[in-house]
Amino acid sequence: MAELTYRDAVARGIAQEMERDERVVFLGEDIGKAGGVFKTTVGLYEKFGPRRVRDTPISEQAILGAAMGAAMTGLRPIAEIMFADFLAVCFDYVANQMSKLRYMSNGQLACPLVIRTGNGGGVRFGAQHSQAVENWTMMIPGVKVVAPSSPMDVIGLMAAAVRDPDPVIFHEHKALYAIKGEVPDGEIVDRLGTAKILRPGHDCTIVALALMVPRALAAAEILQREHGVDAEVIDVRSLVPLDTQTILGSVAKTGRLFTVEENPRLCGWGAEIASIVADEAFWDLDGPIVRITTPHIPLPAADHLEDLALPSASRIVDKVCRVLNG
Amino acid sequence: MASVKDATAPNDRLRNDDIGLERRLELFRLQVEIRDCEKRAHDLFLQNMIKGTSHLSLGQEAVAAGFGVAMRKGDKSFCTYRGHAHTLARGASMEGMLGELMLRDIGLMRGKGGSMHLTSVEHGVLGSYAIIGAHLPIACGSAWRAQYLGEKDVSVCFFGDGTTNIGAFHEALNFAAVWKLPVVFVCENNLYMEYTPISDVTAVKHPAADRAAAYGLERIVVDGNDADVVYRTALAALEMARDGGGPSLIECLTYRHSGHSRADPAKYRPPGELEEWLKRDPVVIYRERLRDFGVNQATIDAVEAESKRKVEAATEACKASPPAPVELLTADVYADGGWAWRN
Repeated sequence: MAELTYRDAVARGIAQEMERDERVVFLGEDIGKAGGVFKTTVGLYEKFGPRRVRDTPISEQAILGAAMGAAMTGLRPIAEIMFADFLAVCFDYVANQMSKLRYMSNGQLACPLVIRTGNGGGVRFGAQHSQAVENWTMMIPGVKVVAPSSPMDVIGLMAAAVRDPDPVIFHEHKALYAIKGEVPDGEIVDRLGTAKILRPGHDCTIVALALMVPRALAAAEILQREHGVDAEVIDVRSLVPLDTQTILGSVAKTGRLFTVEENPRLCGWGAEIASIVADEAFWDLDGPIVRITTPHIPLPAADHLEDLALPSASRIVDKVCRVLNG
Repeated sequence: MASVKDATAPNDRLRNDDIGLERRLELFRLQVEIRDCEKRAHDLFLQNMIKGTSHLSLGQEAVAAGFGVAMRKGDKSFCTYRGHAHTLARGASMEGMLGELMLRDIGLMRGKGGSMHLTSVEHGVLGSYAIIGAHLPIACGSAWRAQYLGEKDVSVCFFGDGTTNIGAFHEALNFAAVWKLPVVFVCENNLYMEYTPISDVTAVKHPAADRAAAYGLERIVVDGNDADVVYRTALAALEMARDGGGPSLIECLTYRHSGHSRADPAKYRPPGELEEWLKRDPVVIYRERLRDFGVNQATIDAVEAESKRKVEAATEACKASPPAPVELLTADVYADGGWAWRN
């Protein structure tokens, strides 16, 4: 057991898979000699060499296209798109190419690869380097989408993503890179499509993802301490496949559901969960389903404004209290 | 069909021929079969037997045939929505191709992809891509895999002149050159990006070749209507790639006899242009070429008759094929064979 940062967990997760399988290769901008702009890939170039850890030009289409061509023909590439916002410049590969390859070819071709990307805000980078875009990727048939919230999950879900036979978008959260967590020694392999109940509770269910997970947990502590509300907190972890059973089971117990989403409100992932719960667990509900999200705005750079935009622990507490007491 | 031995009287030209009679007959056969198949696709459209859209290569057959003969088993082809010819040129069956256009169960992808996405992995055709330029980086990835694993296949990527003005073209060229990848980029310059003359929208005369220098590559422009020229050019580029010499960018000058797609009557062409190019019809050129090399008429006739017979048989097989079963609707979205996104 060792304490590891989320940042260092990225490199450990990649190294674990590269050691296991020679077919795993890694490419992206500044990921090799420089160790990554967020220092998430330090040591990989030295350990695995320039043949397996390849620095690329600033060419996001070439990065994802090359990863796809390599995956189709037998490798297991991990591609880094430095900021998740940049998925927009190579979205053809996500939305039209790798996602549809298996279907259009009637199963003749497969695309087992991982796109790692720095997602989300809270780091004062402004509107083009801070967006939470997990919902962009969730809506595309054919890709899988995960977003870990802890160092342990980074390693385990990375392993699951690399070993998965389908393309996986792996959203790392930039504001979580510095957090620390206990990580056991040895190989860690998790499963896609599994949510985790991080805090059991009876009065309401709070579903969160990535940076919103520690905020939901902090809110739950305040709700317990100051308001006597016993909240259950679920880390969704995987948007596709989506573990609806864990969420439906929780709602059956608590009768109340809140989603905490960093993506802007329209078509956020919580809307899909709200829809499923409304369809399938309506009679379990004791009140309306409530979504707590970033408003439908671009993110400002100014710290006090960005803090107002993203759901915070206190905003979660306020909303939950008002709704439950309403 | 007549054997090679019976095909010709002794001839001095043949004795010094670098291509050889067997490959010449193959170049001819492929061009004739592609031509007949594309004409049949056109006819089936008019009979409402083919739905959606279709982009024919009529007039451009020599490029697909030249590469088809030069490429080895195991080499990979990456095609565009105008990819019927390149798919056939690697050995995919006529009924697989026409059946896919007709969206029948017999089609290469059982009707799930359609005309613009022809794929036949067993023949090395790793897909036809309908977003302009997308497959150039993908071909780079396949070539990277060959380089990484020490495999000796080459990835060949076919595209039109319009592709040279999209970002992915430039990203891929630079990427392939920097990584010295075993990939051959083949631009079929048919003078029109869809409906607009390529010269109206491009800063240089030769949309591909005049960009080669930007990526440290040789400037190559060849007659894309002469299968011999294409074949020799392809062979050299493939050999260089296989030997670790890196990528090539080849611009083949050619012309499509029909419109961009079935919706396009190609009225934007100046009067007389089509007629000029018809004089340089690649199939006509090659028929004459065989005669020059002493191939007898009976052999030429036999190739053409066999092609017509195969097209007829393929058409009948496609018409007899049922549509794909409805279970395919949700099959193969994910690797488990299904479409489940939740538990």
